[in-house]
Amino acid sequence: MTAVIPRTKAASLNPLKSSQPLGAALAYLGVDGAMPLFHGSQGCTSFALVLLVRHFKEAIPLQTTAMDEVATVLGGADHLEEAILNLKTRTKPSLIGVCTTALVETRGEDFAADLSAIRRRNADALAGTEVVLAQTPDFEGAMEEGWTKAVTSMVDALVPPNPERMVSLTQVNILPGWHHTVADIEHLRDLVEAFGLEPIILPDISGSLDGTVPERWVPTAYGGTLVPDIRAMGRSVHTIALAEHVRAPAALLEARAGVPFTVFESLSGLKAVDRFVALLARLSGRPVPARLRRQRSQLQDALLDGHFHFGGQKIALAAEPDLLFTLASFFAGLGAEIALAVTTTGSSPILRKVPAREVLVGDLGDFEARAAGCDLLVTHSHGRQASERLGIPLMRVGFPVFDRLGSQHRLTVGYQGARNLIFEAANIFQANRREPTPQSLNPFRDRRPTSEDTHDSHAQTAAR
Amino acid sequence: MLKDKIADMFNEPGCEKNQAKDAKARKKGCSKPLTPGAAAGGCAFDGAKIVLQPVTDAAHLIHAPLACEGNSWDNRGAGSSGSDLWRRSFTTDLTELDIVMGQGERKLYKAVREIAQAFNPPAIFVYSTCVTALIGDDIEAVCKAASAKYGLPVVPVNAPGFVGSKNLGNKLAGEALLDHVIGTHEPDDVGPTDINILGEFNLSGEFWAVKPLFEALGIRIRASIPGDARYLDVAGAHTARVTMMECSTALITLARKMEERWGIPFFEGSFYGISDTSDALRQTARLLVSRGADPSLLNRTEALIAQEEAIAWARMEAYRPRLQGKRVLLNTGGVKSWSVVAALQEIGIEIVGTSVKKSTDEDKERIKQLLKDEHHMFESMAPRDLYAMLAANKADIMLSGGRTQFIALKAKMPWLDINQERHFPYAGYDGMVELVKRIALAIENPVWETVREDAPWDREGNLTESPLLQAGKGVIGSREEADPHFLAHHRKKFAGAGADDMAEC
Repeated sequence: MTAVIPRTKAASLNPLKSSQPLGAALAYLGVDGAMPLFHGSQGCTSFALVLLVRHFKEAIPLQTTAMDEVATVLGGADHLEEAILNLKTRTKPSLIGVCTTALVETRGEDFAADLSAIRRRNADALAGTEVVLAQTPDFEGAMEEGWTKAVTSMVDALVPPNPERMVSLTQVNILPGWHHTVADIEHLRDLVEAFGLEPIILPDISGSLDGTVPERWVPTAYGGTLVPDIRAMGRSVHTIALAEHVRAPAALLEARAGVPFTVFESLSGLKAVDRFVALLARLSGRPVPARLRRQRSQLQDALLDGHFHFGGQKIALAAEPDLLFTLASFFAGLGAEIALAVTTTGSSPILRKVPAREVLVGDLGDFEARAAGCDLLVTHSHGRQASERLGIPLMRVGFPVFDRLGSQHRLTVGYQGARNLIFEAANIFQANRREPTPQSLNPFRDRRPTSEDTHDSHAQTAAR
Repeated sequence: MLKDKIADMFNEPGCEKNQAKDAKARKKGCSKPLTPGAAAGGCAFDGAKIVLQPVTDAAHLIHAPLACEGNSWDNRGAGSSGSDLWRRSFTTDLTELDIVMGQGERKLYKAVREIAQAFNPPAIFVYSTCVTALIGDDIEAVCKAASAKYGLPVVPVNAPGFVGSKNLGNKLAGEALLDHVIGTHEPDDVGPTDINILGEFNLSGEFWAVKPLFEALGIRIRASIPGDARYLDVAGAHTARVTMMECSTALITLARKMEERWGIPFFEGSFYGISDTSDALRQTARLLVSRGADPSLLNRTEALIAQEEAIAWARMEAYRPRLQGKRVLLNTGGVKSWSVVAALQEIGIEIVGTSVKKSTDEDKERIKQLLKDEHHMFESMAPRDLYAMLAANKADIMLSGGRTQFIALKAKMPWLDINQERHFPYAGYDGMVELVKRIALAIENPVWETVREDAPWDREGNLTESPLLQAGKGVIGSREEADPHFLAHHRKKFAGAGADDMAEC
């Protein structure tokens, strides 16, 4: 088991985390006609909004209860009610996803009771709009936890019990993680449909944050999971959870409506995808289509061609737990060494399975301080400072990626996604290959009295 | 007390807009109450950080749970010619346990120590936020103790988000500088032509296009606050002879109080636009001479202005054929710099609309004169209306901040960022030429024709015309017959003010 080292220092330097309510907002954005609402001061919303825009290059619907000093002292239920009613009038959303913030959670109120009172008082005014709650203070968790809470809250609020276990035999629930891209979700839909199954994907950012140009101005999320489809999830034949952090909503679907579930910790490696495809074949009773069998063969070939570049490479990884596990497994599976693994929060059970000596709960300051001598940095765009100062190339993954275009269209799951990852990383290795020099190969190079430069050994370990 | 400070801000006698109000309106303050569910914009903490963080060699420590800093760091394009410490992000990242156990102050103190030991900066700015203000952490006391213990200035910035808007935060940051920084360092090279520039953020490094103009006149920038500033320069800003203040509402109180305390006269100016840049140089020289600098500075300044203006206008003239008659929609919340508008009109651009949300009555009067048609003025426009206006092709380009970017883009309309996220320097003479060039490049980009092209099928996917037939007629790509927007574009139904009206600006 991998050791998980908790954070001990007081000053966090260059945070790795994005906040918990941001993760919840992202999940709500994958529902058609939804409007996420932060219960906090306007800055909480503004910062999250700007960051989402920088990543997706899209207008992001996100609103605030605009808590001021007086409301902070006296209580924010009035602001919450006013915000919900204003949103209903102005944007007519199908769903308002409330995310609490550190400000209101520090004050501490019974938000669930407030919300049900608001719903009761305004039953007519709010007809046709679901209001759900995720308690996501910034002082705990990060993107993953926020995503989990929002997805769980939607299942909890919308999926009715199914005591008779009425089942639609071709309907399958798919629960992606926050780190799955638009391209990933589109691909998963294709995979499931290739077996004649009908997926309900919750949330489905492939319809909402995929960068299309609609013919009119739409103030809410457009595209995404339909609210009636969420209500129908209890009648699915199976739930496929695509990350450890969506186990909770999958388990809730089982408890609520008896839908059995399977969790896939990663879909970026050959064996994991095999299991996924086999499950689809079993659920549908159909053979694996020729197209998929061909994609599998292409991945085998990419693994063969690619492994030359990975063997012995030292990788420094920093990501949220499930993404960390996925990428660490990917790199380790091609012979690279996970020399450094940093993550955001320490509670996920998946961390124990990361193929590294230890996982450090920390920030990009810790990452930078320990990554010297590695061949590749793998984290989000904020890793650029470390990359510049250390002179080590950076592969951008996760959120936020604000200084490269197209991160939402990067395919990372399935046979094709795994193949893409191999090519992407191998190309970075090739672009940064250090050619041997007489100095770097001189057998006496490390025997000088003061051997100050550990980087010299690089040229030796670099894959050919 | 923070409350008194805020009341003080709202009572700013140096603010024209404030002076136009009666006593009762003034007491209510400048910030309108926000509407829950319909609010936009940053908080006071955001505003404070914007003003102070470009002090490049200082560490900026945010005492807060994650989101305040974790969601917002390294996101502004201010340029630094020296240290990169300001781009690193420091936060106490408070956990639930810290809050419940009341360990905020201890953690803050420890964090200051860690930063002092690891980076040895000339100063650390410490920012309070909503949560740490709510739980009653006394950052002033912690800063004082840590400062004494570790022997470096630790500056408390008391602007938690919930006290108000970004603009109020700007002002509270100015107060922090006044209370704890300016006047704490005596430079040993004080001269008769030293000046301060307040409210210059050095976005995209644009101040580097202006600074050499001052230097060519022998004028030294003692402190540019905050863009590309060094802590000690700011601490010695009280020794300057003159202050120029840009971006007027943000730091006006700071400018006025510096005048009161150290007798440094200030003027409001701007480096956006040709005539404003010249005015800024002229006013600086005039004030310096009035305070005892060599009077020959005045003539040298006029000579430099004449020379640089001639070069800039000649370069801009090259764009006239490309931009004559093009229609610009300005959506900035209130243009302060009329010389940008004037310069655009000078080369034949029409202004078909401008927002006046943040403008004073005097500003509005000036807009009326400039635009001839006051219907082109709007308080603020709902995204839906803005989209409709752009989609109906009532402008050739929108200049605005990032917030409305996607309204233009989704309407398939050229857009140019003139706000803090922009990637090009627009200050000074060269900056104005750059702006004109960027407008031309944006409008002329062939991508607009491509993205506006309708697909050769309808909503159901049925082909609208036989491709073979169309090829025979040789009209592929022509939209003129089909698209009313395209026709409207060519009819120029929005003829506005012409270039000749601009002589006096």
